[in-house]
Amino acid sequence: MLNILEVRNLKVIVEDKVILKDVNLELTEKKNYVMFGPNGSGKTTLINAIMGLPQYKIASGKILFLGEDITTKSVEERSKLGLALAFQHPPEINGIKLSSLLKLCVGKEAEDDFSAEEKELIDAFHLGEFLERDTNVGFSGGERKRAEVLQMLLLKPRLLLLDEPDSGVDVESLKLIGEQIQKYVEESGSTSLIVTHKGDILDYVDAKYACVLLKSIVYCFAEPKRIYENIKKSGYEKCVACQERVEESW
Amino acid sequence: MVQKESVLTKIPHSILEGVYNVGIDVDEKARSGTLFHVDQDTVYTKISEYFRDKIEIMDTKKALTKYSWLQDYMWKLVDPDKDEFTRKVDKEYSGGYFMRILPGVAVTLPLQSCLMITKKDSEQRVHNIIIAEEGSNANIITGCIQHQTGESATHLGVSEIYVKKGATLNFTMIHNWTEQTMVRPRSATLIEEKGNFVSNYICLTPVKDVQMYPVAFCDGEDSRASFNSILYGHRDSSLDIGSRAVLNGKGSKAELITRTIARKDSAIFARGRMEGNNADCRGHLECRGLILDEEAYLEAVPELVAKKQGAELTHEAAVGKISESEILYLMTRRLSRDQAISLIIRGFMNVGIMGLPENISTEINRIIDMVAEAS
Repeated sequence: MLNILEVRNLKVIVEDKVILKDVNLELTEKKNYVMFGPNGSGKTTLINAIMGLPQYKIASGKILFLGEDITTKSVEERSKLGLALAFQHPPEINGIKLSSLLKLCVGKEAEDDFSAEEKELIDAFHLGEFLERDTNVGFSGGERKRAEVLQMLLLKPRLLLLDEPDSGVDVESLKLIGEQIQKYVEESGSTSLIVTHKGDILDYVDAKYACVLLKSIVYCFAEPKRIYENIKKSGYEKCVACQERVEESW
Repeated sequence: MVQKESVLTKIPHSILEGVYNVGIDVDEKARSGTLFHVDQDTVYTKISEYFRDKIEIMDTKKALTKYSWLQDYMWKLVDPDKDEFTRKVDKEYSGGYFMRILPGVAVTLPLQSCLMITKKDSEQRVHNIIIAEEGSNANIITGCIQHQTGESATHLGVSEIYVKKGATLNFTMIHNWTEQTMVRPRSATLIEEKGNFVSNYICLTPVKDVQMYPVAFCDGEDSRASFNSILYGHRDSSLDIGSRAVLNGKGSKAELITRTIARKDSAIFARGRMEGNNADCRGHLECRGLILDEEAYLEAVPELVAKKQGAELTHEAAVGKISESEILYLMTRRLSRDQAISLIIRGFMNVGIMGLPENISTEINRIIDMVAEAS
């Protein structure tokens, strides 16, 4: 089984505060992974550090992508290697049309047309009428998330990092996003890491593995629905004391 | 003196060089009429066959001899005693452009004029008059350019624009001066009932010093004025650019939009003023600026004045550096930092706001691309 991502003893500092102390994680190919955790547990920090956003400083530890050490690589280099991030709060970009951004994602010039396959995907995300609008400007929560995941899929990444793709999203968009991720992972053999603090997306994504990020430690590698049910029943704090902890890793 | 020519392309290439960058179409295929004023002379005027009975273009001095009534349009909106520059133009001027769109005519192709300085140490003084007669609709593009670099020169231009009842005028001015040019336009527009005036100003190349504060008087009921400015200051440029709307008419509206980019050693003042003198009037002012280097100065000065209850005036202004989160966002889409910045700058200077006919937008976008590329 090919290792897509290995995070080893990762310590991450944001604005002089240690957010993650010693995180270890291993993701293999052709799978959807889910990471739960309460607000403020560092899920976004971890995912942004994996993507290489510079305000998330890696103080120690390593990140390997397809066996290659990418700890010091830039965002651009990581994205070219095949990592992609769907932001929790994507910025509004005035003056850059969604169509221009999508063309960048597929490596096309502004004057090039979308291929039939690309058009189909845009339509599947119900974003055809947003193409001529400035990216994310005045988009609703669901529209933003759909645009995020669409861009991500057009990049054809090996690893999809999804930061709460299900938050602030209407039921219909959630279904669409979940199904498209599932379809892409299935067809491409890529891997996704889906960060969430709800479990709604599990209805559409076939994920066999989940974990909980709590107090900078990754707990409980188990079947997502079981973890989610336990969290709903007993809350996150119980995860720390839980005797049921299954394995140290997947 | 440049020879007066019957076909624009016969003007020596050395003179024409550069006019492409101020939106001038030398082949004139996509223009309804043209006027060229070089230094102290109007060297070329032409109206294409199809538009002969629809528009008029000629030198202002010539127009004044032809039409005695034109006196009523001279110095009516701009006070000749306003400042030393208007006084100079009042005392002596070399002509300028007179453009008139006849009543009810919709001109499908833009009218164009080019004001050019070629002589060193010269002072160009022009007086322009535009009349958009009742119910007419037209686009005008005017490009101002100094030909030789490294020579000091001054451009003083008085422009008086009349947008009559139900007329729509989209007026675009592109400046391409040099680091030695001092520029003092003095412009005012009167907008009658249901008239619509859009003024676009684009200055992307280095200039020594431009100071202007054009005004639109929305006197007519439901009259409308928009000012859109795109300013890019670099290399010691000093740009003090304002736009002012005086909302006198019932239901009058104004929108002032400015986008500025300040680079190394430039100083930009982006001013805007709206005066609500009617209980039923509305205006919005938006000024956004990016400062891209330490040694640059950018000041946004929005002013709102309400003199009647019911006047509704709003503004938003923001100056600062390019948002780091936007840069990083684009970098996750496989762009380098430089590519991301250039894309953001291009988007920031988006001319989509200007309501321009497509061929002009394309040309302006080409100029903006060049600037964004170079930055």
